[in-house]
Amino acid sequence: MTERTNPRKLPGADPHAGNRKVDPVTGYDTTGHDWGGITELNTPFPRFVIWILAATFLYSVVAWVLLPAWPVGRDYTRGLLGLDQGVEAVAGFRALSAERRGWLDRFATGDFAALQSDTALLEQATPAAQRLFADNCAACHGTSGQGGPGFPVLSDTYWLWSGDPEEIALTIRDGINANDNSRIAEMPRFDWMEQSEREALAGYVAALPSGTADGSGPEADLFAENCAACHGDGGEGGLGVGAPSLTDASTIYGQDAKTVLQTLTYGRIGVMPAWGGRLSAAEVNLLAVYVAGLSSHDGEAAK
Amino acid sequence: MLRLHYNLEKISMGLVGAIIVAASIGGLVEIAPLFTIDEVVEVPDDLRPATPLELAGREIFIREGCYACHSQMIRSLADEIDRYGPYSLAGESAYDHPMLWGSKRTGPDLARLGGKYSDRWHVEHLIDPRAVVPASIMPAYPWLTEPLDTGLLGDELATLARLGVPYDEAAIAAAEADARAQSNPDSDGADGVRERYGEDIAVRAFDGDPSNLTEMDAVVAYLQSLGTLTKAPYKVLAEGKQ
Repeated sequence: MTERTNPRKLPGADPHAGNRKVDPVTGYDTTGHDWGGITELNTPFPRFVIWILAATFLYSVVAWVLLPAWPVGRDYTRGLLGLDQGVEAVAGFRALSAERRGWLDRFATGDFAALQSDTALLEQATPAAQRLFADNCAACHGTSGQGGPGFPVLSDTYWLWSGDPEEIALTIRDGINANDNSRIAEMPRFDWMEQSEREALAGYVAALPSGTADGSGPEADLFAENCAACHGDGGEGGLGVGAPSLTDASTIYGQDAKTVLQTLTYGRIGVMPAWGGRLSAAEVNLLAVYVAGLSSHDGEAAK
Repeated sequence: MLRLHYNLEKISMGLVGAIIVAASIGGLVEIAPLFTIDEVVEVPDDLRPATPLELAGREIFIREGCYACHSQMIRSLADEIDRYGPYSLAGESAYDHPMLWGSKRTGPDLARLGGKYSDRWHVEHLIDPRAVVPASIMPAYPWLTEPLDTGLLGDELATLARLGVPYDEAAIAAAEADARAQSNPDSDGADGVRERYGEDIAVRAFDGDPSNLTEMDAVVAYLQSLGTLTKAPYKVLAEGKQ
């Protein structure tokens, strides 16, 4: 394999070097140093890399002419193309928005009955709704609306305010306890109540979903006096005021006696941020239809 | 040209000189614009400085290395605007020393985070990210429930004031009190915070407990302030850049 070639004709070889030391195996120059018989190859740099370097340099010259490049005092050279990344980005964003406008604008009307029955439109819009949900809602309500302690489930058929998309849209737009326009809902603290009374009440509330609560005891009176105004006489809740039903299987913070006692002692003020500033009215409506659909899917699955 | 380099390598001082020339071109292009930065970067009229509590949160953000995974700069690209909101302007960070733009996004960008999630979500998420986002790879920061050390806040505001951040004498003197008041809406000092930093400053118990000022209060106050210090980027997006 060691066919000897003339090292002076190899790429990168120095034809003029006088005192060259050539490696007999590869034919390449060595660095000239000798460490007790060990020498080091001075392998020439690959030509194609040099060409690529030259090409990138040439491109940089072209780019300097065409694109914004050099700082000059308080300004910079703007280039013949006159590109500006901010302008490009805004134009690109508007183009993206314009692409969606065809179907997204139909959600701006807020005619939810028509929107929900338009299967072709929903099919087109669902991927966008899923992305909006993942980016804005999933952090609290879970990727498929499964919720978590303190963050309401969206995929079941129990609602705090209403499962009607019109009402959901309002909640998304203005939030709950988020700003002056928000829905307001506060579970006040009952820390003025005797500890023993709170414990009894907590036990009563914990027993409500199973129907085993004793309706004749003193805790039933406590419930009627303190809780029924919002949660209803039987604890069935009130959609108009966002007071959760205490009789169904759905909970936000938990309905075991210990959690209820905590709720009674410290109160709860859940916050749902307002999205009106981040999302357009059409996007809010799209999300409302999507969220309303989450629970009906669940209902279908349950059948 | 290869010959030139080959020969230059043999003249050490010549090579040193050539390296200096080559490196200073790159240096000049990066450094020269900094000399005119005060005139070139437009500071938005409505830009407000961070409150002492937000500033304390920012220090914790830096201490915990949050910037290593979270950028605070939305690039001027269409799909970044689509996901995060209007792209970041240089002027937004005029009062940030140091700025925390970052470039690595192991987690999402935080430049427009303020108001996106509830305080409670932030608290739960910082204590145990998996509790609210099961797929998260973010580390947990349970020690943020420790009390906040406010001892250096006055000095910090004074230092920033020297760097051009508009904190006046009164703000510097009230730094510690303002930090406490911002997390306790029923306290006497709450109005002072609003007076000094604006009516729509968030004054509330960020960690859910108004009686104790914790590092969690500071971090959540900071996170809820991100992107809310000026409306300028929204104007640029709405009106387009000239």
